[in-house]
Amino acid sequence: MTSSPTWTRPHLLTLESLSREEILTVLDTAEALKEVSTRSIKKVPALRGKVVVNLFFEDSTRTRTSFRLAAQRMSADVVDFSVSTSSVSKGETLIDTARSIVAMGVDAIIIRHRSSGAPEVLSRTVQCSVINAGDGSHEHPTQGLLDLFTMREACQRRGKKISDLHVAIVGDIANSRVARSNLWALTKLGAKVTLVGPTTLCPSAFAEFGVQVTHDFDSILGEVDVINMLRVQFERLTSAAFPSVREYSRYFGLNDERLKRCRPDVLVLHPGPMNRGLEITSGAADGEKSAILRQVSNGLAVRMAVLYLCIGAGQFRE
Amino acid sequence: MAAEDVAQTVRQISQQILAAGELMSGAPLALVGIRRRGEILAQRIAAAIYAQTGRNPDVGALDITMYRDDVVGNRSIIIPMGTEMNFRIDNRAVLLLDDVLHTGRSVRAALDALVDFGRPQFIRLAVLVDRGGREYPISADFVGRRLEIPDESRVRVSLKPIDSDDAVVVNSAAPTAAGVGL
Repeated sequence: MTSSPTWTRPHLLTLESLSREEILTVLDTAEALKEVSTRSIKKVPALRGKVVVNLFFEDSTRTRTSFRLAAQRMSADVVDFSVSTSSVSKGETLIDTARSIVAMGVDAIIIRHRSSGAPEVLSRTVQCSVINAGDGSHEHPTQGLLDLFTMREACQRRGKKISDLHVAIVGDIANSRVARSNLWALTKLGAKVTLVGPTTLCPSAFAEFGVQVTHDFDSILGEVDVINMLRVQFERLTSAAFPSVREYSRYFGLNDERLKRCRPDVLVLHPGPMNRGLEITSGAADGEKSAILRQVSNGLAVRMAVLYLCIGAGQFRE
Repeated sequence: MAAEDVAQTVRQISQQILAAGELMSGAPLALVGIRRRGEILAQRIAAAIYAQTGRNPDVGALDITMYRDDVVGNRSIIIPMGTEMNFRIDNRAVLLLDDVLHTGRSVRAALDALVDFGRPQFIRLAVLVDRGGREYPISADFVGRRLEIPDESRVRVSLKPIDSDDAVVVNSAAPTAAGVGL
């Protein structure tokens, strides 16, 4: 418990807008809530009577499921609303859809949308909490927070701090909301960040954010404490920007050979779903340095914390 | 109450507990303190039990934030600290501990939290200070000190190592009045 309690926001839209203290508040809350998932009764009544809507305009299995389970573990009621089954496919706008959902009496909308900024627009129009579950190539704040949480856990085991870390984010940086959320969170907490990828997908302009940019993965292997491998997002790529799959894998894939040249205590992260054999080999993904499954379970605790802070927080009376 | 009075009161509670046959002779005892100062109390009483009997009761720390009935509707926050109970409570004798018993709402929340972990044979309640002012029908089985004070007054318990010293202080509601040592 390092931070003083700081949280007054009804929404979680970006990590760019959060202070260092607010980020630590989420992590501390998540740390306390992690234990709930180890009980035989995996539920606390904190959000009893609250209604949370999953409003996903893009496909997602794990994020949607994670938010759903998180809300249920906090005793909120959850409604899943997906594009294919809704009137969005009949031409209704985002705002109209959201307004009519809110009119049914909901406390929070978890939104994923292909357009950057959609959650922000929504938050200005509706009278309920809005939580960004990924908007275009802009941000994916809960992924950034769970990555940070996983790194902090590893730090605690090794007697380190986040600010001691050198983190490499590898892959399609230009199209990655995960990279952006990670970048904001890590720089606010004082970590050293290096972005790695082909020139077309990892523009040098990112150096403006106070991070290093390199197109040579091998050159930094021995220096980094964490390697966060991004998924190659075929659905977001234009063919001209992306090298061949074989070329990408050869220069930017994490394989056993590269892993051997890393520090012995290096931590391997991946937001999933993985393209095994492309950006990461099975050896790297399933090996002892991988924290990929810990990321998934930590994601649940982080999302419980975000829901609690945005819609359940209150005042201590005694 | 100064540090020595707090120590004396903890000794009294410990003696009451040691004299309670149902806690000491039946199902194995577990002490569960409500975070944060109830947890300290649990550790001290466990140490007293060990000193007297050589028995080492399990000690747990219960976070009740997620079970409170007053968390909604205000934007300022309580950050939970997490529950730490590395033992099962099924069929155990459980002694719940808190620093101050006031409205009874914390204890209600703690009981709800506890039964999510299992089904104890029974639960008893010990508090350092009972200040009256109950809003729920709850009473303590072991009480260190009973206070008759106005509802508006605040009781502040300090316990090391969370606080710099052991003390119990009553602050009257009047903003200018200084704390009155007990």
